[in-house]
Amino acid sequence: MTHELICINCPMGCALTAQVEGGKVISVSGNTCPRGEQYAKTELTAPVRTVTTTMITSGGKPVPVKTKEPIPKEKIFDVVAAIKASTAPLPVKMGDVVLSDAAGTGVDIVSARSLNNA
Amino acid sequence: MKNEYGIIIIGGGPAGMAAAIGAKEAGEDDILILERDSVLGGILNQCIHNGFGLHTFNEELTGPEYAERFADKVRELGIPFELDTMVLDVSPMEDGRKAVSLISAKRGAVTLTAKAVILAMGCRERPRGALNIPGSRPQGVYTAGTAQKLINLEGAHVGKEVVILGSGDIGLIMARRMTLEGAHVAAVAELMPYSSGLKRNIVQCLDDYGIPLLLSHTVVDIKGKDKLEGVYIAEVDEKRTPIPGSEVYYPCDTLLLSCGLIPENELTVGAGVEIDPRTNGAYVSESLETNVEGVFSCGNVLHVHDLVDFVSEESKRAGANAARYVKQGRKAGGSTVNVSAGNGVRYTVPSKINTNALEELNHIRFRVTGVYTNVSIVITSGDKEILRRKSRILVPSEMLDIILKRDKLADITDDLKVYIEEVES
Repeated sequence: MTHELICINCPMGCALTAQVEGGKVISVSGNTCPRGEQYAKTELTAPVRTVTTTMITSGGKPVPVKTKEPIPKEKIFDVVAAIKASTAPLPVKMGDVVLSDAAGTGVDIVSARSLNNA
Repeated sequence: MKNEYGIIIIGGGPAGMAAAIGAKEAGEDDILILERDSVLGGILNQCIHNGFGLHTFNEELTGPEYAERFADKVRELGIPFELDTMVLDVSPMEDGRKAVSLISAKRGAVTLTAKAVILAMGCRERPRGALNIPGSRPQGVYTAGTAQKLINLEGAHVGKEVVILGSGDIGLIMARRMTLEGAHVAAVAELMPYSSGLKRNIVQCLDDYGIPLLLSHTVVDIKGKDKLEGVYIAEVDEKRTPIPGSEVYYPCDTLLLSCGLIPENELTVGAGVEIDPRTNGAYVSESLETNVEGVFSCGNVLHVHDLVDFVSEESKRAGANAARYVKQGRKAGGSTVNVSAGNGVRYTVPSKINTNALEELNHIRFRVTGVYTNVSIVITSGDKEILRRKSRILVPSEMLDIILKRDKLADITDDLKVYIEEVES
């Protein structure tokens, strides 16, 4: 199957055409450098994203959080729902795990900011 | 309470914090940061998305993480800062020091003095009033940054059905943010035939969520009396004039505006600093010093950056230069040459260079006027070519940073010109 995508590595934004067969990328064209080929391969076989959102704290205000590692793209909404169903106790430090194994991804959610009781 | 300082830094965002660190590391101990918010970090605190710090820390951080690392460093170095403090005026005094008038709960209304001042106030968003969109004035129209603050810092629910005008990075980031908060983003309309946002944001904020980007489109009418009910979006021609009959109605309860940033230079102008109409920031020298001796400017108040890493680097230099100025005064002698923007270049920072004040590595930052493919960036001084660098693509949304070694510039006497030259293919 043929896929068309835009490489996001640099401002060139090369229009890539990739052939996928049996879940594997067999050819990439349209790229001007090797990074384009690599991007197409990851993006078409197992796209991942780092998710950032906020979690409510015990103090009532939100704290910014992120997935400690990138998660599969199709899990974004499940992960956000799991975060929104949780409450972070205060005080919290930057890097603290505020939710483990979000939505069965095996990836922890960590606080992106230190907040005190206030 | 102490009233006299070596360096006063106005603004405790990424620029102010980096300037303070730069000054401290250059040997200046008598520093004070003034910040109007109740925390350090500035706009980064509400920029909860990731992508910050690739240059500075070699990893991808969120805005709050990037800010906290710098704030921790400020505390670690023991640099004093005062929060909830509004600076009202900066004026040069007859003896060369600067008077900084401020108001805060802690001090009341007072005037401090400093040998040098670093302006690091950042920028603000272009509001609806500056966009000339016809229609009524209902609730539900926000700048993208206001909505970002309400959602990310206050935990507020801003709206359910959203249209975004402007495809700058904040608009794109907010399209994804609103979607993750459960809203439906119907469209992002962009007046220009290209987006001013980064490609990766178009892919990861719009394409990932199936949000359409309407290039060469704009909002031509806003409907609703007390509460926003919908907007009309029309296509525009090559002169950016709406094409009659192309209007489409989008029912919505929220319209976000992401239509450009303006450096916040009221204090700068009040201090007698000359403003470059192309950047809306100060004209500065190689040392990031303005025309008012001992007043420096850096970060988004100088010119709007796309990467915070560039803000930090620039501001650190401003801090180090201010520290040097406090100790040694302005470097005299040498020749001062103007740096001018030629073909394809919108502006340059700095706008002049004193060859006696050169660093080992000297930065010239600029933006191009349009999209250029297969061109060369050329810098000349009179007949002498200082630099020629081939580039496959240059776009206005990416600030360019040329670094020149001291020996390239040490002997020049003619003005520098930065321009883009088409390459014969």
